[in-house]
Amino acid sequence: MSEKDHIQLTALTPEELKQQKRRNLAIALGLTAFIVIVFLVTILRIGGSVAERSF
Amino acid sequence: MSDTMTTPQTYDLAGPGDYFALLKPRVMSLVIFTAFVGMALAPGALEGALNPVLAAVSLLAIAVGAGASGALNMWWDADIDAIMSRTAARPIPAGRVPRSEAAAFGGFLSALSVALLALASNYLAAGLLAFTIFFYVVIYSMWLKRLTPQNIVIGGAAGALPPVVGWAAISGTAPLEAWILFAIIFLWTPPHFWALALYKRGDYERAGVPMMPVVKGEASTKKQIFAYALILAAAGVAPFFIGMSGVLYLAVSALLGAGFIWFSWNVLRAGAGEFGPAKKLFGFSLVYLFALFAALLVERIAGLHV
Repeated sequence: MSEKDHIQLTALTPEELKQQKRRNLAIALGLTAFIVIVFLVTILRIGGSVAERSF
Repeated sequence: MSDTMTTPQTYDLAGPGDYFALLKPRVMSLVIFTAFVGMALAPGALEGALNPVLAAVSLLAIAVGAGASGALNMWWDADIDAIMSRTAARPIPAGRVPRSEAAAFGGFLSALSVALLALASNYLAAGLLAFTIFFYVVIYSMWLKRLTPQNIVIGGAAGALPPVVGWAAISGTAPLEAWILFAIIFLWTPPHFWALALYKRGDYERAGVPMMPVVKGEASTKKQIFAYALILAAAGVAPFFIGMSGVLYLAVSALLGAGFIWFSWNVLRAGAGEFGPAKKLFGFSLVYLFALFAALLVERIAGLHV
């Protein structure tokens, strides 16, 4: 209860906003890297099979 | 959670580096190196048994899995980390990352790393990685660490598995050779950690962690370190005798083994409360493991032993 109030009432300082931005950027980069990696792995794993498919 | 109310927290000031620190980067670097050597030694590794990009992704998955188990360990052990000087600056006891976030971060990355390894290599490697994380977090951190002085002896299995996971990622198998690498790290772990525990004994005592020097005392621990040094030196040269390495490795491993015995002998001879030799042994143990695996790697890449 009190924790919730605390979150609503506290404004972030400029330093805290800067750190929040850095955290968000790291998450964005991590997600992008993950998407690229899964894409690459998928292409490499199915690559040969697509070329050799029977239809 | 109560710790958000009591500890002076600066959660809003946490940077990406604080989350990276949850992954125990220094432990992770040793895992990456030993797993890489396991991969390089697996049959067909240098002949493209696994596409190089898939091999790199597999190594990344193993590294992330190791990091995830580190984060889960810091979540579980936040109470004792806060007491010990060696670990008091970790993100959770320092008040920069909430415990619950470390749990979520570690759990999420565990699942992600195992799934990614399954996609990039095979189910045996992914299963071994999942078992490694389970063993480190549940068997070691939750169960054995606070229960018995054999904690790091048995728990060492988790740290010893990465080369087997790497081997399996390349070849889809885990033969005797891979388990020899496991055995070397497994036998290396007790003297490595007990050397540290000898001069950090007060820390462990205050935190209530039953490390060997705390429970059985200095003299007994030193004898056990020396006994492990002898067995480790023998295991260190084993790769040559089962035909998985050549004479260069035999020479390097024999020298390193002799060095390990020498440093352990100095620890054994040191008087009570004299910790210089234990610190030297701890430092040498890191060099030992790195050099031993580097020798295997060099021999393999240079084609000195096929």
